[in-house]
Amino acid sequence: MTELQTPSQTSGPLFGFALIFDGVDQAVPPEAPGAVRLGGHVIDGAGIPIALPDCFIEVWHDDQWARARTDTDGHYSVLVRKPAARELPDGEVAAPHLNVTVFSRGLLKQALTRVYFPDEARANAADPILGLVPEGDRGLLVASADGDALRFDIHLQGENETPFFAF
Amino acid sequence: MAVLEREDVNPPYLHPAYEITVHRAPSKRLIEVPHGWFHHSSGPVWGRIAVRPGDNDLTNKHAGRPVGQTITLSGRVLDSDGRGIPHTLIEIWQTNASGAYLDPADPGFMSLDPNFTGAGRTITDSEGRYHFRTIKPAAYPGELGGLFRPAHIHTSLFGPLLGSRLITQCYFEGDPLLDRDPILNSIPDPRGIDRLLARFNSAGTEVGGVDSALAYDWDIVLRGPAATPMED
Repeated sequence: MTELQTPSQTSGPLFGFALIFDGVDQAVPPEAPGAVRLGGHVIDGAGIPIALPDCFIEVWHDDQWARARTDTDGHYSVLVRKPAARELPDGEVAAPHLNVTVFSRGLLKQALTRVYFPDEARANAADPILGLVPEGDRGLLVASADGDALRFDIHLQGENETPFFAF
Repeated sequence: MAVLEREDVNPPYLHPAYEITVHRAPSKRLIEVPHGWFHHSSGPVWGRIAVRPGDNDLTNKHAGRPVGQTITLSGRVLDSDGRGIPHTLIEIWQTNASGAYLDPADPGFMSLDPNFTGAGRTITDSEGRYHFRTIKPAAYPGELGGLFRPAHIHTSLFGPLLGSRLITQCYFEGDPLLDRDPILNSIPDPRGIDRLLARFNSAGTEVGGVDSALAYDWDIVLRGPAATPMED
């Protein structure tokens, strides 16, 4: 038997003065080798980007962590680098990826997803977690190249709803 | 295979009484990950969020004394296996005593207090204990059908695992607005609502000085490693 967990509540829209500060969007310094901008829109079920002030995302993986609020266009941007592939205890290999968490007014609990990298097709095809996603939806978890940056839109609902993970 | 039951009293994503969930609640089936996945999926790191001594006192950040009732909010951060979680970050944010957030997105119905910002941070000690000193936040009229939201303190915690990340709100026991708040009552289980109520601690209340504060206790339980169903 375990202790009952404290339940989640929405972040609301008025977190900025506490959670957002200069540099919080940088998981790696700009001069770090491999540093790349990862950005996209967070979009609701009506197809409308979730604009300032309502929403922020966090990315993390190993030693990387960053947080970014969506702007007036509903666009977020973080500075990250592609992590290495990692062998799992059972011998399978996890493709490079970052965990992505969405917090928003209107989300009573965070939505948890992952972003994979477009230049890792072979590793992505063998990734055991991506393999759990319905085949037709896997592409929704792979960023696209956008010039020097990576684009990853997050759809909370709708035909292109981002696959989210139970936790 | 023995499975440790994990009771989940989280709100559902979709709660129509909180109208904006209708367009924002994920609606596809969530992807279930294998047992144990959270053990080899790294938790969040937050080392770049600077926490300075004194960041847990929200009452002394300006020249003057903030308006309102000084309170302490204290407790332990535990995992669902009952162990204290040491050295974990807590971030809080809240209104001042009139119900206004300092945030630029605040609608501005209520007055700001030049002596109160309303944001704090702390790190739990080796046994998971934390302590904040602040002003009791106030109810404020919200967007939710014209209702006042009950006084609350937004609270963000990381914990050691990807699955232990939590953002929630701490409310105050006995507040008559609790029963009608659509956000709090998105939690389907009364025991879950109870988890979000800070309790007045008479014995912990300081008396007799200009710094007297009403004491409130609130323990926070994050998901622990054993809360993932495990094979025996």
